[in-house]
Amino acid sequence: MGFISSLKESLGSWINRIFKKKRAKIGLYGPPNAGKTTLANRILHDWTDGESFGEVSPVPHETRRAMRKEGVVINANGSSIELDIVDTPGMATKIDFKEFMAFGLSEAESKKRAKEATEGVIEAIKWLDDLDGVLLVMDSTEDPYTQVNVTVIGNMEARRLPLLIVANKMDLPNASPARIKAAFPQHSMVQISALEGSNIDNLYQAIAAHFG
Amino acid sequence: MDLISAEKLENMTSMEKIRLILDKVKNGKIVVLENGLTPDEEVRLIEMTMTEIRVDEFSGIEIESYPSKKEGSFLDRIFGRAIKGRMTIIGPANQIRTIEKDKYQISTKVSVGD
Repeated sequence: MGFISSLKESLGSWINRIFKKKRAKIGLYGPPNAGKTTLANRILHDWTDGESFGEVSPVPHETRRAMRKEGVVINANGSSIELDIVDTPGMATKIDFKEFMAFGLSEAESKKRAKEATEGVIEAIKWLDDLDGVLLVMDSTEDPYTQVNVTVIGNMEARRLPLLIVANKMDLPNASPARIKAAFPQHSMVQISALEGSNIDNLYQAIAAHFG
Repeated sequence: MDLISAEKLENMTSMEKIRLILDKVKNGKIVVLENGLTPDEEVRLIEMTMTEIRVDEFSGIEIESYPSKKEGSFLDRIFGRAIKGRMTIIGPANQIRTIEKDKYQISTKVSVGD
């Protein structure tokens, strides 16, 4: 039975390749507060009937559960691609509840958020095994050499899966996409403001070209 | 601080490496790995760190390694060889802080006896 289902899977994937079925499951990854959910909401706003992934907040780790939206069709440059989009919780190597208290959350709320955030990071990592590609969202105002960025890029290179870097927050005065490009020159990068929607069409064209 | 040679890690399984690192870091040690971890091991280390975070005891790790130089060579791909890791520093999040990092240098500040 296992052999037959595995054969069916291989055959399906082979047929898809031959007929170039343009469907991909992509994950939005990045450190907390890079703007992943803002971008995910922007994509849904532009290509669905006004749906959204979830709330955004200045407090880190607002997204603590991965959320998936299937069948989002993006048309760009005369081609179209159907995406399953996974908005993942921010990846981190440390989570201290005191960080949340600095944003005005109570101790109990902060501890609860920290616990959920650790579970969110694990969930984001598990999703890496089940994706066709990644949009790595970076805050253009921050140092790009974070370990989260290095680790996600290393994993995508090792798995030989497509990766597109999104240099977000271009609406802020100290944004420096050149710093991101210099850090990871081997990967394509698109600079946008997910909040304002600026340059978003270029991102859609890059998505269609990269994951289609 | 423990500087761990590539030879020592070479014959260990991924899980053994991760356990060794986490045990040392949870005991307040800074660990420097000569050859680092593979990308998959790095992500598993982060995953296991998350399961061990405890309020007021252990808030996680600071880990810093250089970005990969480039993708694996043609021969690496043919033979399915993993991309090698690069020198990596790992320590308790409350004792080590990265000041600056680029392609070629990592500057960190280490507090002792917190």
